[in-house]
Amino acid sequence: MCLGIPGEVIELHPEQPDLAKVDVSGVRRLINIGLLTDDPPVPGEWVLIHVGFALSKIDEREAAAAMEFLEGIGQAYEDEINALRESVIE
Amino acid sequence: MRFVDEFRDADKAHALAAKIAALCEPGRQYKLMEVCGGHTHTIYKHGLEDYLPESVTLVHGPGCPVCVIPMGRVDDAIHLASQPDVIMTSFGDMMRVPGSGGSFFDANAEGTNIRMVYSPLDSLKIARQNPDKRVVFMAIGFETTAPSTAMTMLRAAAAGLSNFSVFCNHVTIVPAIKAILDSPDLRLDGFIGPGHVSTVIGCRPYEFIARDYGKPVVVAGFEPLDILQSIYMLMVQLSQGRSEIENQYSRVVPWDGNLVALKAIGETMELRPYFEWRGLGFISHSALQVREKYAAMDAERLFQVPGVRVADPKACQCGEVLKGVLKPWECKVFGTACTPETPIGTCMVSPEGACAAYYNFGRMNRTRVAEAAQAGRS
Repeated sequence: MCLGIPGEVIELHPEQPDLAKVDVSGVRRLINIGLLTDDPPVPGEWVLIHVGFALSKIDEREAAAAMEFLEGIGQAYEDEINALRESVIE
Repeated sequence: MRFVDEFRDADKAHALAAKIAALCEPGRQYKLMEVCGGHTHTIYKHGLEDYLPESVTLVHGPGCPVCVIPMGRVDDAIHLASQPDVIMTSFGDMMRVPGSGGSFFDANAEGTNIRMVYSPLDSLKIARQNPDKRVVFMAIGFETTAPSTAMTMLRAAAAGLSNFSVFCNHVTIVPAIKAILDSPDLRLDGFIGPGHVSTVIGCRPYEFIARDYGKPVVVAGFEPLDILQSIYMLMVQLSQGRSEIENQYSRVVPWDGNLVALKAIGETMELRPYFEWRGLGFISHSALQVREKYAAMDAERLFQVPGVRVADPKACQCGEVLKGVLKPWECKVFGTACTPETPIGTCMVSPEGACAAYYNFGRMNRTRVAEAAQAGRS
């Protein structure tokens, strides 16, 4: 839950400006980017996601490091990705 | 993963370790607390204590949101979930946390409907799909997750959803740090500040630690080299007699935090007069409750919450572990009666809990080896 998961922004939602589609390890889901309205991410940028909300923008280097950290955690990360897979934010 | 090496380079780690060792004054002991459970995880996983001189000890702090929820709140949640027509939603981490009569999983076996969700926004969807049910989101976490709850409440209000509410258990990190600083049990020399929480609150809230207590704080990232670098920065300050707030994780943490997030929290929630933390007891102004303006979304106003205080099981020493007074393996039930599969205490449930991290990764760390050697001699 407290894990920040890096995701790459794929596209912004055409109708809802606070939603964006991200790719997290091949899982594509909508997340909320409303906390980044001061500096909204654009497709191709990376964000750190907490429980469905992008909390900060990060660079690709940071994203790779964060992802490796998570993969090293094992089960907790698996659970988080599975939870994300189940998530249907709209 | 071509980028990762720069955060993991063993030569750099050894070079930092040597610089840390060189800053140690002979005869002086250094106790540094890493506040965040994510840092605890990195420290055990990479055996970072092995890189440090004997005189530098890392003390694990209370920054694990699941760990600090007292048993009474778990019982309250199960009570809420057992009310007519209630669907409770919760992050997966909470599901196995034992209350006095069992966990959420146990409660579901008895007939409650407690569903795991990834995001509070998923709870909104459940509320929309079940207009004849009352959906209560079990909100937990520090300032990392509080903005998500706040934004979800704002969304629910905008959508006019009337069957969604929040059982608010959000806690704030700064009063917990203050409680630890005021505790007579422990003398600390400095703090490795939490990374993700600081993304939201920024670095300024820690200024009192330097100003009033004379202890340095370095906000740190989660990579092994981030943590070693932060320890080095703390040691430089200590060697120079300085106490300041420094930001090692500036590539992610802005000095002023996330103002949109802080505004959303301030709009929907306010500080409680006091809140009980597992192990730390009642701490003033240390948690959030739903503001009057959003009373229609406050489960504590909508339902009768018993609010019974439940003492931890006698055998459980999570409180001492959360305060950093005990190392996980010094707990009487660690690894025997209490394991990640059958946890007695919260510190063994969450992957960010010190006990679970140590159980999974740290069993041969330096302290343990030293203690085993000492036990052998005596």
